[in-house]
Amino acid sequence: MNGVLFLLPIALLLGALGLAAFFWALRNNQFDDPDGAAARILIDDEDEPKDEDA
Amino acid sequence: MNAQPGIVEERTCVLAVPGMHCAGCMSKVERGLLQHDGVIAARVNLSSRMVTVTHDDSVGEDDLTRFIGAVGFEAQPRRNQAQKPYSAVKPLLAPLAVAAFAAMNVMLLSVSVWSGAEGSTRELFHWISALIALPAIGFAGQPFFRSAWGALKHGTTNMDVPISLGVIIAAALSLYETWVGGAHAWFDGALMLLTFLLAGRVLDAMMRDKARSGVEALVSQAARGAQVLGPDGKLSYVAAEDLQPGMVMRVATGERLAADGEIVSGRSAFDQSLLTGESHPVALGKGDEALAGTLNLEAPVDVRVSNAGRDTTLAEIARLMEASTQDRSRYVRIADRAARLYAPAVHSLAFLTVVGWLIAGATVYEALVIGVAVLIITCPCALGLAVPVAQVVASGALMRAGIMVKDGSAFERIASVDRALLDKTGTLTMGRPVPDAIALAALSAEEAGIALALASHSRHPLSRAMERALSAKGVAAASLADVQERPGEGVFGTFAGRAVALKRPEGSATTAVLLQTGEGPDRLIPITDALRPDAREAIAALEAQGIECSILSGDSEKAVAEVARQADLPAKAGVRPEEKQAMVAQLRGSGRKVLMVGDGLNDGPALAAADASIAPGSASDVGLQAADFVFVQDSLSALPRTVRAARKTMQVVKQNFGLAIVYNMFAVPLAIAGLVTPLIAAIAMSASSLLVVANSLRLARAAR
Repeated sequence: MNGVLFLLPIALLLGALGLAAFFWALRNNQFDDPDGAAARILIDDEDEPKDEDA
Repeated sequence: MNAQPGIVEERTCVLAVPGMHCAGCMSKVERGLLQHDGVIAARVNLSSRMVTVTHDDSVGEDDLTRFIGAVGFEAQPRRNQAQKPYSAVKPLLAPLAVAAFAAMNVMLLSVSVWSGAEGSTRELFHWISALIALPAIGFAGQPFFRSAWGALKHGTTNMDVPISLGVIIAAALSLYETWVGGAHAWFDGALMLLTFLLAGRVLDAMMRDKARSGVEALVSQAARGAQVLGPDGKLSYVAAEDLQPGMVMRVATGERLAADGEIVSGRSAFDQSLLTGESHPVALGKGDEALAGTLNLEAPVDVRVSNAGRDTTLAEIARLMEASTQDRSRYVRIADRAARLYAPAVHSLAFLTVVGWLIAGATVYEALVIGVAVLIITCPCALGLAVPVAQVVASGALMRAGIMVKDGSAFERIASVDRALLDKTGTLTMGRPVPDAIALAALSAEEAGIALALASHSRHPLSRAMERALSAKGVAAASLADVQERPGEGVFGTFAGRAVALKRPEGSATTAVLLQTGEGPDRLIPITDALRPDAREAIAALEAQGIECSILSGDSEKAVAEVARQADLPAKAGVRPEEKQAMVAQLRGSGRKVLMVGDGLNDGPALAAADASIAPGSASDVGLQAADFVFVQDSLSALPRTVRAARKTMQVVKQNFGLAIVYNMFAVPLAIAGLVTPLIAAIAMSASSLLVVANSLRLARAAR
């Protein structure tokens, strides 16, 4: 029973942190461009010229 | 942003770049822009096909368009820079997150109560649940409360009315139970209900987001402005909205007209495909009328403006489409129709239950608790998921088969279609000209070489079609001298001292080119727009599904008759965009459910007005935006396949409703008998939802 008294607030706090993180992401337009976010990881960083026949 | 020395005025500008579709395109556009001085930052949004550019005063919108053009993409500045693109999903994400978070935590506490927590522990857990649940319900329930209130204000009811009532009453009763230290609190059930329903709504909204309104894309097709010839003979740039009738625009080759007008000097061919859907360019000379949005292909012309801005033919089509779209939005979705029967039945049942228990001698409190249990158990959790889940699974299946679904309710509308109108160019046919194979085979090697060499000197669509066909046959180009293209006439040159030409035949009724080699007879090569490979089979399949088909085209009588004969369909030719729309309206008026299949801007109003619409992937932006379904492959078999999948989807939706009703038949008597506890409600709710989802998943193979 005493354990629950500690665990409950901890669980709620962790959950609330997750929720806060989600709201932060929502407010910072992280969900504006889901397609772009998925594609961006494929972009190479280096600026070497590439052949353009894609 | 970096703080920079000196005063640099930063501006942002949003440009639409419809051609971007992958990571490579994104990096090309972003890097292409950043190479230039004056561009501070560039960020592509791939979902909305836009790029946001931060720049200083040294570059303008036109420069940015040019920079993007230099890396091979067509760009257009957005008309309403300030306006954010509308999203139906975004406002639902926060409520869904809150409801899911609260439901999980409250469920955790409820599990311990169900497992036998008693006394002060149970009370504590109930209070914590209340603390989490009440604000969460207040926040996450808003989309439902607002919609229910809107319906009640207008004296109607929808699915959100029983949902809102159930949730609010459950929360209020639970709070009372918590206050008096009672055994049962229903916070978990209420929150779970909201979570499931919001998930359904988000799925639904995701599909709708893909269906953006066609009107914005339409207006961005018109040129942003024009070079206007002043009285002093000087050219100055005038924005489209400032053009006045009477001004003379100079339209360069490759430019779109910014306003309707009469050609005062020069002659050229114009690509009117945006307006008429016909890919064949039209030659216009002095005194002819040229329309806004058409593309000047051959030579610069001067055009006196007759209609500008909101008066152009293009803007007129935009208005027609807008009106049609509003008309269609009056369609009542099947879930709302079900709710009209369901909500009153449920509410009177709950009311009768309370009255019944009172008569049977229960206290007011006991009777109310049982009445609330009836409301909660009948709360349409499975009903809320019945439609969206089926539609999302089916649209995923169609997507894999190359058919994109833009609106979930389109399944409902296309499933009942019994009449189809098909556009000719680009819909029944491939939409690109192909030279007649027999005529090409009759050419000698030398003639073919000359034809290829001549064709390769012109960007005219017919020349390019010739070039494509001859190159594909492996013809080697002859070497010519003095090659010269004369707008509206053809390409002329010299081969081994002989004058040769690839030109427009005089007085030919069909589309063709004439090849003169100075030796032997002149060759007439008919160029036709070929029927799609399996058009006949597709139409036969549609008719087998009980859908009567006919052709509705803006092209000439002759061109349409030929295709109509090949496809074995009745046809109506020379129909203007507003007449197409009127014909759709007339058929609908006589009780038919109309499917419109078309691709051009001229089909836009009809696509928007029909009960359901399909466009090929090669369609104009407007066609793509206005259609409910878009198919990307060459084959027309997408049409019967879509109808078949939609009918299967509606079958599953009806089964889902059936499942929900069966569930109620078992659960409601228990609730009326007062045997339902929060545990039973939670199990029943998730079980019925899972059942509906599992049944819908059978649609994963619907597009076969």
